[in-house]
Amino acid sequence: MSDLVTLTIDRVPVTVPKGTTIIEAAKQAGILVPHYCYHPSLSAPALCRMCLVEVEKAPKLMPACVTAVADGQVVHVHGDTALKAREGVLELLLINHPLDCPICDQAGECELQNFVFQEGRAGTRYAEYPKRFNPVEEFGPDVLYVPNRCILCTRCVRFMDELAQDEVLNVSERGDRAYIGIAPDQLLDHPWSGNVVDLCPVGSLISKDFLHKARAWDLDKTASVCPGCSQGCNITIDTRDEVVVRLRPRPNLEVNRHFMCDHGRMDYRWMNRGDRVEAPLQRRDDRMQAIDWESALDAFVDLVAAARSAVVLASGRASTESLGWTRGLAIATGRVTAAVRVPRGGEAPLPGIPNLALRAERAPNGAGARLAGYDAEWDSALAAAGSADLTLLLDVELSDQEADAVRRCKTVVRLATLEEDRFQAELVLPVTTMAEENGTYLNRDHRIQRFLQARPGPGMARPAWWVAAETWSRLAEGRDAPGSAAEAFAALGQEIEELAGLRYEELGLTGRALAPASADAG
Amino acid sequence: MGYPHPPHPRETVVLSKYFGDQAARTFEGWTGRGGYAALRRALGMTPGEVVEIVKASGLRGRGGAGFPTGLKWSFMPKNSGKPHYLVCNADESEPGTFKDREILRWTPHQLIEGCAIAAYSIGAERCYIYIRGEFTEPWRVMETAVAEAYAANALGENVFGSGRRIEMVLHRGAGAYICGEETAMMNSIEGRRGNPRIKPPFPAQAGLFGMPTTINNVETLAAVPHILNQGADWYKGLCLGNPKSTGTKLFSVCGQVAKPGNYEVTLGFPMRDLIHDLAGGMRPGRTLRAVIPGGSSVPIMNREEAESALCDYEGIVEKGSMLGSAGFIVIDDSADLVYEIYRLAKFYAHESCAQCTQCREGTAWTTRILERILRGQGKPADLDLLLDLADHMTGKTICVLSDSCAAPVVSGIRKFREDFDRYLSGAVSPALVGA
Repeated sequence: MSDLVTLTIDRVPVTVPKGTTIIEAAKQAGILVPHYCYHPSLSAPALCRMCLVEVEKAPKLMPACVTAVADGQVVHVHGDTALKAREGVLELLLINHPLDCPICDQAGECELQNFVFQEGRAGTRYAEYPKRFNPVEEFGPDVLYVPNRCILCTRCVRFMDELAQDEVLNVSERGDRAYIGIAPDQLLDHPWSGNVVDLCPVGSLISKDFLHKARAWDLDKTASVCPGCSQGCNITIDTRDEVVVRLRPRPNLEVNRHFMCDHGRMDYRWMNRGDRVEAPLQRRDDRMQAIDWESALDAFVDLVAAARSAVVLASGRASTESLGWTRGLAIATGRVTAAVRVPRGGEAPLPGIPNLALRAERAPNGAGARLAGYDAEWDSALAAAGSADLTLLLDVELSDQEADAVRRCKTVVRLATLEEDRFQAELVLPVTTMAEENGTYLNRDHRIQRFLQARPGPGMARPAWWVAAETWSRLAEGRDAPGSAAEAFAALGQEIEELAGLRYEELGLTGRALAPASADAG
Repeated sequence: MGYPHPPHPRETVVLSKYFGDQAARTFEGWTGRGGYAALRRALGMTPGEVVEIVKASGLRGRGGAGFPTGLKWSFMPKNSGKPHYLVCNADESEPGTFKDREILRWTPHQLIEGCAIAAYSIGAERCYIYIRGEFTEPWRVMETAVAEAYAANALGENVFGSGRRIEMVLHRGAGAYICGEETAMMNSIEGRRGNPRIKPPFPAQAGLFGMPTTINNVETLAAVPHILNQGADWYKGLCLGNPKSTGTKLFSVCGQVAKPGNYEVTLGFPMRDLIHDLAGGMRPGRTLRAVIPGGSSVPIMNREEAESALCDYEGIVEKGSMLGSAGFIVIDDSADLVYEIYRLAKFYAHESCAQCTQCREGTAWTTRILERILRGQGKPADLDLLLDLADHMTGKTICVLSDSCAAPVVSGIRKFREDFDRYLSGAVSPALVGA
């Protein structure tokens, strides 16, 4: 085992691969070494000097972010000398810091605030001079720079240089006059530039979109998957009082490391739309009338039972569970044609990270849909709908021309989130969005990943898998509908070979790569 | 600074022998004075043999750290399969230091020859000379000399027909003190911001452009041809008792002495004689109060320490300071140490590269506290604060700029407390600051 070394950090023994840094080894031991400039996805310049730790037999304090572990090494993160050094760094960082926490977006999730609270001095000895002042600058479409709060950790500069490879940011000036500069006549408008806001350990780089929207401690955080494209970046949905206020990347070293693109980051306002279908609606005397779920399900059962063929037109944003169960229900008619709508757009890679890009396939679950049997060409499915007995729309967005075609179909049932009446639907069944339900997406690399419910659905809306499964169970005696998304997912394994035997618990919150399957990756 | 003084009889002139001699600047003039014989000799040996001679001579780095030069060269990998680089540090920006400037001005070929020998010894085909941006005349002199050396095949694809290639690139700094720090210098040459890098990796493993690199000071490299010509034993014999400090050294003596200038003496020379005899002693009616010997980045010596010290690496350490670049800032009894220290701190605050927190904020804060004391608004607790700040600024950063700022402050407060107390007690009227 020569490629492993064992060391002791704050009396905790830990064994890590050779070449690991002390800061990462400490993480393994459950010890956080306070730091600012270090970030696991960026180079380590060791300049904030915050992660200085005591290493026995070393002549001076060592920066944990660049010091490699050694066998038998004894490290003290919280020794008196290290604590005093960090207290000094914190005092120095604060002499030019405005302490405007009450109006700062970062308050509550600020690493300066946190570490000062944890290890800093109670008061400052720097009282008699005005602090360094520079005006707020607009760096790009969504990013503001507040230089007064900046601690010059240079994470933003390194992100733009090393990962975005768009060298627009720099450190300008010297000494305590230094600030983050932007190249003349340039904007911080790279498709991934929003990450500098997350990377900034203080409130120096802030998002205009989130500006003064919420205090960090008022936010509820839900693990999710970005619905913006087929990359499947892991994200956190931040809600305040059940309103989605921002999306942030959630680390997943296999998919998106610590990042997400600006397209995905800003693609959340639809989650808060108010024009939602809140109750099942049935067409009676050419008017849509609200009914209860029992009546709605009964009506749906009648329509399915009467049909001999069905077409399913689904959104690529629907969960694998909803896609699988809706198609499963449609099979009961005898003949089913299923197609998924996946909008397309330009690709935008983050060049410094392999296989990470905003993908052309601008829906999260095209691969999941194909796996679940949505294999028809869109146009031929639309044509088939014209002669099918039953057309199911699974929360799909259609153009006016397509809506005209659908309106001429024999019987249309919408499993829908939005109020609209272009289709002459017999039945409209209110369903939840991905932010309002548990489910899974399959990304382009065939990684199946879970997302969790971040806010309640409106009114009587239910997940589409529930609607389909309940209807399916009523079609014949002795059928039990799944009671949860987990059960709905587990049941998919009986129909879809690649998912056989998989359970939610095994996916965790970072997902699992499926064995290579025949379905293509978009 | 005008022209050099005639040598004092107690000087040992090796490097400075031709200072002031216009004709020595040309290639022809230099070869006529024995120049380039050492390079030819070196090319006839293996690189390893040259390194051994330099090792045996005891030559140590003249830029400040005093690291044995031959040992440094021997750290360069053998058969690395990568290009090697030599960088000559001619970014002489240390306050009170002006020795390299005179080597560049008067004996450019002495330096070029030393660089070529060093480049050959470490397997480098390319040498960068990083010249301080403010050095306009030395720059012109060097440009001319390098062109001459190329024309005479002392540089180029086939140096003196040996089949060895040695290219030389003059690189001009843009006015940052920190670019004299070797890793910042490498960044600067690469076109990056002149920020010091963390070590490891050391330059010999991954230096300029990520390749094995050796960085030597001008004066160090200028001494190399003399060692090759006259032998390691001769150089080792230039010693006044301390075998760890051999050879001659240029001392830039400035400040409140009668005859400021560069003086070349054998290492181990008594500091008392250097100041009181060679540099002409104090101005009339004045007495010696303090010396900052290593440029400004070292602890201040008081009169007793200075007058009893021997001018070599160990001798000055013994008296509580460091030889550094050997730019002696001599201070007499008319000076106000608080102001002197303030002025140095202000320099460091201005020149901090802004990477490390302790340096970026600490140098500026130190300056402001000293300024406040000078304004008569100091409090007794300020001295403890300065010492505590200095503690945070020492040994905790990537490079030693913040240590350099702390050194004069700590030694000043410890050794010249009375100057601070005069301000703190209100015994003197506030000084004019901000100049």
